[in-house]
Amino acid sequence: MSASAIFVLDLKGKVLICRNYKGDVDMAEIDHFMPLLMQHEEEGLVSPVISHGSVHFLWIKHSNLYLVATTNKNSNASLVYSFLYKIVEVFTEYFKELEEESIQDNFVVVYELLDELMDFGFPQTTDSKILQEYITQEGAKLEVAKSKVPTTVTNAVSWRSEGIKYKKNEVFIDVIESINVLVNANGSVMSSDIVGSIKLKTMLSGMPELRLGLNDRVLFALTGRDKGKTVVMEDVKFHQCVRLSRFESDRTISFIPPDGESELMSYRINTHVKPLIWIESVIEKFSHSRVEIMVKAKGQFKKQSVANNVEVRVPVPSDADSPKFKTSTGNAKYVPEKNLVVWTIKSFPGGKEFLMRAHFGLPSVENDEAEGKPPITVKFEIPYFTVSGIQVRYMKIIEKSGYQALPWVRYITQSGDYQLRTNV
Amino acid sequence: MLEPDPNYFSSFVCSGEIFELKAELNSDKKEKKKEAVKKVIASMTVGKDVSALFPDVVNCMQTDNLELKKLVYLYLMNYAKSQPDMAIMAVNTFVKDCEDPNPLIRALAVRTMGCIRVDKITEYLCEPLRKCLKDEDPYVRKTAAVCVAKLHDINAQLVEDQGFLDTLKDLISDSNPMVVANAVAALSEIAESHPNSNLMDLNPQTINKLLTALNECTEWGQIFILDCLANYTPRDDRESQSICERVTPRLSHANSAVVLSAVKVLMKFMEMLPKDLDYYGTLLKKLAPPLVTLLSAEPELQYVALRNINLIVQRRPEILKHEMKVFFVKYNDPIYVKLEKLDIMIRLASQANIAQVLAELKEYATEVDVDFVRKAVRAIGRCAIKVEQSAERCVSTLLDLIQTKVNYVVQEAIVVIKDIFRKYPNKYESVIATLCENLDSLDEPEARAAMIWIVGEYAERIDNADELLESFLEGFHDESTQVQLQLLTAIVKLFLKKPTETQELVQQVLSLATQDSDNPDLRDRGYIYWRLLSTDPVAAKEVVLAEKPLISEETDLIEPTLLEELICHIGTLASVYHKPPSAFVEGSRGVQHKRLPGSTGLGESLESPDTGSAAGGSDAPPAVIPSQGDLLGDLLNLDLTPPATTGPPPPPTSGMQLGAMDLLGGGLDSLVPHQSSSSPDYSPTEVGPGGMGAGFGAAPAASPASFSAPVSGGLDDLFDLGGGVGMPMGAYNPPKTVWLPAMKGKGLEISGTFARRAGIIQMEMTLINKAMSVMTDFAIQFNRNSFGIAPAGPLQVLTPLSPNQTIEVALPLNTVGPVMKMDPLNNLQVAVKNNIDVFYFSCQYPISVLFVEDGKMERQVFLATWKDIPNDNESQFQIKDCHLNSDAASSKLQGSNIFTIAKRTVDGQDMLYQSMKLTNSIWVLAELRVQAGNPTYTVSIPLLLHFKYFCISFSL
Repeated sequence: MSASAIFVLDLKGKVLICRNYKGDVDMAEIDHFMPLLMQHEEEGLVSPVISHGSVHFLWIKHSNLYLVATTNKNSNASLVYSFLYKIVEVFTEYFKELEEESIQDNFVVVYELLDELMDFGFPQTTDSKILQEYITQEGAKLEVAKSKVPTTVTNAVSWRSEGIKYKKNEVFIDVIESINVLVNANGSVMSSDIVGSIKLKTMLSGMPELRLGLNDRVLFALTGRDKGKTVVMEDVKFHQCVRLSRFESDRTISFIPPDGESELMSYRINTHVKPLIWIESVIEKFSHSRVEIMVKAKGQFKKQSVANNVEVRVPVPSDADSPKFKTSTGNAKYVPEKNLVVWTIKSFPGGKEFLMRAHFGLPSVENDEAEGKPPITVKFEIPYFTVSGIQVRYMKIIEKSGYQALPWVRYITQSGDYQLRTNV
Repeated sequence: MLEPDPNYFSSFVCSGEIFELKAELNSDKKEKKKEAVKKVIASMTVGKDVSALFPDVVNCMQTDNLELKKLVYLYLMNYAKSQPDMAIMAVNTFVKDCEDPNPLIRALAVRTMGCIRVDKITEYLCEPLRKCLKDEDPYVRKTAAVCVAKLHDINAQLVEDQGFLDTLKDLISDSNPMVVANAVAALSEIAESHPNSNLMDLNPQTINKLLTALNECTEWGQIFILDCLANYTPRDDRESQSICERVTPRLSHANSAVVLSAVKVLMKFMEMLPKDLDYYGTLLKKLAPPLVTLLSAEPELQYVALRNINLIVQRRPEILKHEMKVFFVKYNDPIYVKLEKLDIMIRLASQANIAQVLAELKEYATEVDVDFVRKAVRAIGRCAIKVEQSAERCVSTLLDLIQTKVNYVVQEAIVVIKDIFRKYPNKYESVIATLCENLDSLDEPEARAAMIWIVGEYAERIDNADELLESFLEGFHDESTQVQLQLLTAIVKLFLKKPTETQELVQQVLSLATQDSDNPDLRDRGYIYWRLLSTDPVAAKEVVLAEKPLISEETDLIEPTLLEELICHIGTLASVYHKPPSAFVEGSRGVQHKRLPGSTGLGESLESPDTGSAAGGSDAPPAVIPSQGDLLGDLLNLDLTPPATTGPPPPPTSGMQLGAMDLLGGGLDSLVPHQSSSSPDYSPTEVGPGGMGAGFGAAPAASPASFSAPVSGGLDDLFDLGGGVGMPMGAYNPPKTVWLPAMKGKGLEISGTFARRAGIIQMEMTLINKAMSVMTDFAIQFNRNSFGIAPAGPLQVLTPLSPNQTIEVALPLNTVGPVMKMDPLNNLQVAVKNNIDVFYFSCQYPISVLFVEDGKMERQVFLATWKDIPNDNESQFQIKDCHLNSDAASSKLQGSNIFTIAKRTVDGQDMLYQSMKLTNSIWVLAELRVQAGNPTYTVSIPLLLHFKYFCISFSL
């Protein structure tokens, strides 16, 4: 159905650790993986699936590691990739960083986790918080764990354990919207959308029932309410804990939250967004002598708001040298290893306009390697504000012990995939 | 944060250390033991062989330290297979652990035992497994459920005998959702490896249970259940709708794999919903947003999603028709994502969005990644062909790109412009001059061939066409076949258009193609042109300059039945490869291909013309031939390759496809032996789609190989002859049929049959000269065939055959010629030569001519042999409408050397036991059951050689 075995390889393709789940694929097959991958890379035909005879390798790369699943069946590929990313997530929670060293330093736990994460190719418990309750490395804790039946693992509520206690019951809600924009070289917006995410930091005792109210237009239409601004969410994705059928029937977002930090939901809004930071650029390349760059950035949002940590990244030719900058605000820096000029503006008020000029020399001998046309990208963060106008109307918290809990909400808008193509 | 282990990987290799470890493993101190086991595992991890420590490690198994236990188990899983005898030592502890009060340990034990693939251990596994399947703790039950699948993989029979499958089925009703999910996963896994087990006997009750569990189990469990649901076929549209309603909430799950599995169920069950149902429209609308959101997932998941969207767009283009923008390529997308997005952009291109699409494509065409740029240029061409209104803009975009002089861009542009010319003749020829300027820079065969095609096609408008083509001719033999073929055709076209000044050129190319080339395709094509031109230039003109059929708007469409199958496999590797699982999974050939519900019936699939035609479905007009990369390769730029992956599906008589590709299509019929004119359900002239569309079967290869096309129906024919035709006693000889019609034989008509006379096989032919001139110098040859049939002497036509004269010839045959298995087995390919030419035809001989006279087996031998043949080798069939009693049948069969060895009468049924022997000494045994007054005979043949039963019915 899915993976026959899972391998963790280093950059050279050496197996750091592996687990054979089904025994139907020769474990030595993995030796073919790296040569094939390199061959494909050379041919420019990299693909997330590589096959060798009847064996298929499904792989992802994370820092200096390759995670590879093998199979000789018609496996569910999306499940395998999803699972590989889940491994990354779990290992990262356990070891902070997932890399060659952390695998080697923690091989016992890695084996234990691999044993628990998947059985005979079927993913099992992959919630790291729950796993941490019964897979730890310290012997002392084990004796405690020993007597403990991992009920949460098989519960319908498999993401939260019972008996959690907090002195002060609080839940922090972050509403984060990322703006994706693609602007053509002639200044027309090719595509734009908003990807929103609602994150929770739950510090609540017991098994609380939560209900989240948003100014969702579909909900308002259902309940016949039509005052105030509403938002149309194109597509909504929920954490495992949200009762999907309930949402489907009456748009209620009800759930028992996981403890601590989690992403409750994400949504996509496909409206035409005005690019919050508008960039106009003139890049003139005089072959064999110089490149001149002029970038104008304009804050197209309310005057009361301020964009923080704005970074405008302008690509320059790889053979450019002797940079000179002039900025009306902030500070420009040449990052040669990335072939970029990074213009940083700590605080960018709405409605303002700033300018940056850069001058680079070019060698008289032209670099004959063709270079792509990387776009200008922009990074920013605007607190206390969402582009879509989404609002948390309420968060109801009910626990049988009847405690009072406080929800805190914070809004933030930030850049997502924010690209502006250039002429050069 | 955890304390990192001390570095176990740093050193130690030598045997001294093994010795040291041994001592540590046997230490009394718990901590020391544990450290030692850790070191052992560390060595194992880096690939060192520590199997020598097996007994010592197993000794550590009995511990109450869970961590240590896990490590020992891990060691066992790795080395048990290499030390099966020693592994038995561990069994007791396993069995004990399966009864431990701690469910974690019980589960761990049963999980590990299942992973130890040692036969002897599996025996001991049964009892603990049985208990664990009924364990009070769901964690143990869910682990035990998976263990059943493991055990089944090692010993399927054992699992069945022990009744574990039933227990597993019971677990579907378990109160715990995770147990249900794992039981479903285990059952699906077992069912997959045993496709005929009917294990997943899904009924509405089970489905209901699964749908309930779906709301409660983990994301992975949801995937198992959804994948299992996808195998169910609802009884009616109402059930279909109610399942869809309960599955749609899954589209909001954060895990992309859950979403894709839900999409699979919905795409499949949607087939059963009436299109006018409101719910159908609602469902369509619900599918688009989650599909779009998948594109924000990790790149590998995006890739899987895009490959699947490609399928979904072909099946139901309406779902994503407004979502073009989300497929625009981002600069930092990985190349595999870029290429897939581009594919989908072309599919979604329409008049409404073409301006945007073109702007994007032009942008991509100036990128640096060669593969991506090429595909972008090609995409521009596809847009021109797909959206007529955009053609002009596309052409000018392509011209702009040609001006960039980037070599591969220019070549790619020329290839697509050729297609644009095909689609819109007489519209954009003004650009030819620009194209010709770039002639010298073309170094890729496809681009050269495209350019040559353009020059040939528009020879009359290009003043120096002859010079241009001549320039290519210089290096003729260094060109690739594609270019050579194209050059040949182009020059012939040029000659037909401007005969006066190009005679020399055409002769030059014809002789290059026919005399100096050893490529049969090229040679044959050359000969055809040569003969055409020399016999009838007017006809040649009609043929070569014939109007070309339209080229299809869509490219690379997946053939509809394959598409249906792939839709059933959404999310899996099959959907990523766009290949059926049987193409890449070993041992899955016998597995039934999945089909969409409701579309299996013919009527049903026509019910949805909206999707059918849009996706180039089965009702696409046959004259539209999908343009493919190798379009240039053929004679008239018609693509007659059997549409395996593109275009309309092959008709059921696919065996005829190759046959349809003969040299001069008109004579097709003659290739197919008319074994029986009395068989009503057999029409040998059925032709593959488009084969005759142009009135001229132009095939790239007209080599004799095409004669070996399996002629389906031939055998069925023999079968049909069964009806008690009043035949005289003696061997049955079919009537003569026309093998070579005069039209194909340049006036020579040959009809014939086969007979066995006095132990000699004879080929009896009637030769008629329907031409105006005398025929002499007859000779005959057979191709290699299944039974090594060959002429025993020369063809005896002693006197010249004058016009309108008929002679009968009997050619004695032997069976000592070279053998090659034919399809059908009794196919024979014949070449007849005379003073005019060589003619090829194929015919089929009745198997009965191969039955030798001493085919009567001795009774004892017969009995013994009959018993020895396993039952499953037996095949049965019936002969209908045979009004002979058993004795008459028996004597009649004897005339054909089918001997009755014994006769038995049971319950008024006569059983005739028969034997026959083939010329190659293969014995065939048969049982013939005759019931008095019932005209239906039942024949059982206990052998794999299915074909032989035909002869029996034949001889009756």
